[in-house]
This record gives sequence, structure tokens and C-alpha cells, in this order.
Amino acid sequence: MTSPILSIRDLETHFFTRGGVVKAVNKVSLDINEGKILGLVGESGSGKSITGFSIMQLIDEPGRIVGGSIKLKGEELVSLSERQMRDVRGKRISMIFQDPMMTLNPVLKIGAQMTEAITAHEKVSKRDAWQRARDGLAEVGIPSPEERLEAYPHQLSGGMRQRVAIAIAFLNRPEFIIADEPTTALDVTIQGQILAQAQKLCSQYKTAMIWITHDLSVVSGLADEIAVMYAGRIVEQGPSALVLNQPRHPYTAGLIKSVPGKHMVGHRLYQIPGMTPSLLTLGDECAFQARCPHKKDQCKTGPAMTEDGARLYRCHNPITGLNISEELGA
Amino acid sequence: MTDILQIDGVSKAFTQPLDLAAKTANLLGAKNREVRVEAVDHVNLSIRKGEVLGVVGESGCGKSTLGRMVAGIHSPSGGDIIWKGKTYSQMNGSEKKAYILAVQMIFQDPYSSLNPRKKVIQAISEAPIAHGLVQSSERDEFTVKTLERVGLDPSLRNRYPHQFSGGQRQRIGIARALAVNPEFLVCDESIAALDVSIQAQIINLFLDLREELDLTYMFISHDLSVVRHISDRVAIMYLGRVVELASAKDIFADANHPYSQALLAEAPQITEGHRTFHPIKGEVPSAINPPSGCHFHPRCPHTTARCKTDKPELKEIAPGRYSACHLNAA
Repeated sequence: MTSPILSIRDLETHFFTRGGVVKAVNKVSLDINEGKILGLVGESGSGKSITGFSIMQLIDEPGRIVGGSIKLKGEELVSLSERQMRDVRGKRISMIFQDPMMTLNPVLKIGAQMTEAITAHEKVSKRDAWQRARDGLAEVGIPSPEERLEAYPHQLSGGMRQRVAIAIAFLNRPEFIIADEPTTALDVTIQGQILAQAQKLCSQYKTAMIWITHDLSVVSGLADEIAVMYAGRIVEQGPSALVLNQPRHPYTAGLIKSVPGKHMVGHRLYQIPGMTPSLLTLGDECAFQARCPHKKDQCKTGPAMTEDGARLYRCHNPITGLNISEELGA
Repeated sequence: MTDILQIDGVSKAFTQPLDLAAKTANLLGAKNREVRVEAVDHVNLSIRKGEVLGVVGESGCGKSTLGRMVAGIHSPSGGDIIWKGKTYSQMNGSEKKAYILAVQMIFQDPYSSLNPRKKVIQAISEAPIAHGLVQSSERDEFTVKTLERVGLDPSLRNRYPHQFSGGQRQRIGIARALAVNPEFLVCDESIAALDVSIQAQIINLFLDLREELDLTYMFISHDLSVVRHISDRVAIMYLGRVVELASAKDIFADANHPYSQALLAEAPQITEGHRTFHPIKGEVPSAINPPSGCHFHPRCPHTTARCKTDKPELKEIAPGRYSACHLNAA
């Protein structure tokens, strides 16, 4: 097997608030290989975005990475100084945000922002940088890129801005890209275009990618692997088809069943009882046990990650023999 | 079934008046004109008692404006709304009041649709007391009953909105709408801001309330899987016009209009597994300057010369199925 581009081991990011310590990311381990897309799925507050920000070392006070390692092609990122990290960000790892206006500066022309991203990392002439920016825009399917370079962000539509953000992310041919819900704010047809573009660029440049989302149906078509997060921990992880068709963890199964599909029209949807627990009061127990239909006495102590063929899950009493597509009547 | 509400050729145009500078320039011979947007353009729809009509479309297609006109928040700039056989513009004062109370709206954002300075009990009981539906001495009892109906713990009635989670707030918004005994609910993207597992809870609540209270819904959403799940009939809108109207079953099995087909093809499905995306080209054009003829013709794969000049009418193509496309005439 090839060695992974990005390898995260036991990553812990904690927030030290007045109310106590919030373990937003709790012993998360992930490997992402060349040209592969990992879908990181979870609900709000599950720690999926904080995992993304931790990789970029963009955790602000009162948060801090307190343990674990993040290795990019074998090179440790956690111990890098801020100065060294600046050379990594945007060059070797880049990030696409949910709101493209977080990437784009409203008072600079698109061209200026794109060439800046190139010249910050490489010694190239202005003209070369400009040409690369133009080619970058053309790659993400922006019509008449020459004119767009002269435009300000407010002159572009939401979908167009997100494309520019993606073009910037790919400009320096990074080894790794973190996409944090980039299509959540977009319409379905535009979402389709963006997904197609991301898929194409990733396989073309062999870029590894984490696609963070709350929408299982988006990653089901896009990702090679899926990791499901709940209350700061990864609860299940494995190849997309396996996780989506035969989930082992009751939370994954609940999530999949609560998405409206074509086979249950008009009937009540499955609903996971209760709400996500507060991360402040969470102890050693399995975080899902209060809502879990499969709860046993053992669940008072948190389960370790269990390996089962190509997949991993964290549960004392996993679901076996369930076939979601049969259950949904497909 | 009888029609409870008819939307009869309703249009809404928003105009931006000229500012002083533009007016002055006009005096000197410039030709500045008011910017006019036809947000909704001659829409005819009828909604039967007890049904759920799903209204689908991308941002800017006029679906929210239509919903707001039905709920009496905007007044139409053309056409009329007919409630139980009575035309709105010909209603007298008390009839208008009865209509406004019978049609309630539930908004998208549970954070901005509740007044942060009002306790839950105030938010829910204020309107029914003002309209004389409830005596102020019964306020407490009434609030408890209403909160129980939407599945919220009534002991929380003296709290403020910020003390609740997103899903709970949406329930408060629903309770507030139900407090005046409506017959018709306009749900404008009411579940778009919620997590998947919470979405399922709210959809189930809508389904339960429909049975308990015999409600009729106009369910506005961009999420096709949700619309498919709860709607009896679906109207698809594009740039202010309804392009297709049919039963949910027919539309999802075999859409007629090229735009509907494209929209449905883009909707991600969880059961499909890994796939390559084949998105539709282009973006929704600006409503300030919409394309001539059929609004969809610049993006349509089947465009003919006629589509560029003639506006297609919404015609019945099979019993109960309507589509606005010239291809059906050929």
C-alpha cells in the first residue's frame, strides 16, 4: 500500500472555556491517500470543522491542539512554528470555506488576489502569475476568465465566487485540500457543477481531499471513504459503499435512515431521539448512549475503535446483518 | 377536493426608485431608468384543502415572494388571491382579518424570526390574545397546551429564545404559527437551517400536525428529497414562472420540462453510490434582465428558434399534469 498523503493520529483539540474544557476533537485518527476524497460527516458541533481547522493550525484562543500528530507526507505539522506553517498553508495544504467571501477580499480584484496567492509562495514574474491565474479560472469552468480577473468579488454570483475560491485552492497544486461545506449555501444545479469540478481536479492532479459536510447524500456520490463524527470522536469509518449500505454504528444507521428517500414517501421518517450531548459534561461513557436504541450496560465506558475488514467503528453492540438498501425497500 | 386557495395570475414586481443623483442627471438629459424586477410573473396555482403543495426552485426563482404574497406579507402587484371563493381585493375588513389569521407562515431561520427580548410565553400568546381568541387569564394554560402540541417541554415557557437550540426554536416558531388556529401554513425553507436528525423530527411534526389539525401546506424548499417526501403535488419555478406542476409521484418519476429534468438529475441521492456528476451548464440569469421567450432557453439542451421568442404557456399535457414547454406542442 502507498503511504498516505496526510496522516492524523490521536488528534486532540480542546477549548478551555470558563465553563470547563470542551474536547471538540477527541483522539481523531485519519489517513488520506493520493487522489482520494474522504467525506467527513457530522452534525453541528460534532467537531468536523475543528478537525479541518486543526490541520491548518488555525485554532484560536481559547482553543489549542493538546495532543496527537498530523503528518503531511511524513513531516510533522503540529510542532512547526507559525513562520514555517505559513509556507505550508496555501502551498501544500489549502482550504475551501463554506462562505467564499471568507476566502475573498471584497476590495481587491480577483486577479490581484489570485496572483498574490502565487507570488506569496514562489518567485515568478507578474505576467506568469497572471497567466496561471487565468488558466486556473478556466479550469474551474469560469467563462471569459480574462475579464473575470478584472472583476471584484461582489460582481460575481455565489456559485462563481465559490469557483474562484476553488481555483485559488488549486493554484499552487497543493498535496492536500480541506473543503469545509463548500456547497451548502449553493443551489442544487450549481452544487452539481462544483462537485463535478472538484472530482475532476482531484483525480487530475492526484490531490488528496477532505470534504467536510453534514449532507450524507453529497458525499455518497463524491467520496471514496466516509468518516462519521459524533461529539468529537469518529464513530465509524470505511469505504463509502460499505458504510452507507451496511452501517455498524447505530448513529450512522440513524443518520442514514433519517434522510428522506424515494421509498418511504409520506411516511414518518426515522428519528434519532434526543439531542447531541453537551461536550462540557461528557465523561468517559459512549457519547451516543443516551440516544442509542442498542444501548447495553457496557456503554458506560467508552468503546475503543474496532477493526472489521476495511472499516473501523466505535461501538460495544454494533448492528450486524443490516442492509440499508433492503430496509429502505430498494 | 375543493380548492381552499387560488393564486390567480399573481405577479409581483419590485422597483428600485431613482435616487436624487440619478434624477438630477435625468434632468440634464441622462437616461437612467428605474430598476424593475419581476420576481413573480403571472403565476396560477390552486391549492386543495388538506393537501401539501411543494414549491421548488433555485434562489431567485420567486418561490419565497409567492409564499409571502399568499401569507399576506407582500401585496401582489397584479392578479389576485382567492381564499375559499372570496377574492382578497374584494374582502371587507373582518374577512381580511380572518384570512390573515387563517394563513400563517413559518420562516427559514429560527434565529432571526423570534424576538430575542420576548419570552416564549409572550411570543406564543401575544397574537391570540390581541385577536381575542384567548383570554389573558388563560394565557398560561394556553401556552402549555400549544407547546405540548409541538413537542416542547412546557416548563421552559418562561425562557428566552437564546436558551434554546435551533430545532427547539423552530418548534417555537411553529407553535407561534399554530397559536391562532390557522388552516393553512406557508413553510418557507422551514427545515433548511437544521441538522439532518433534527430535520427528520420537524418533518415528522409537520406530518403529525397535518393529520391532527387538518392543515393545508404550501411547502417551499430547494431540497428535493424533502419535498418528495411530504408533498402531494409539486410546482417547479424558474425565474418567476411556474414551469411544471404535477403530482409528486409523476414529477419525480418522469419530469416533463427540461428544467425539471435537470434539477432532479442534480439532486444527490444517498442510495446511488459513487458517481460522476454531469451538471447542467450555466447559471440562473438575472431577473432584472431575464432572457426573452422561454426563460430557460439559454441553458436548455433542446432549444429551438421558437423558444427564443415565444413565452410558453403552462398547459395541461396529461390529466392533472401541467408543463410550460414548446416541445410538448411539437
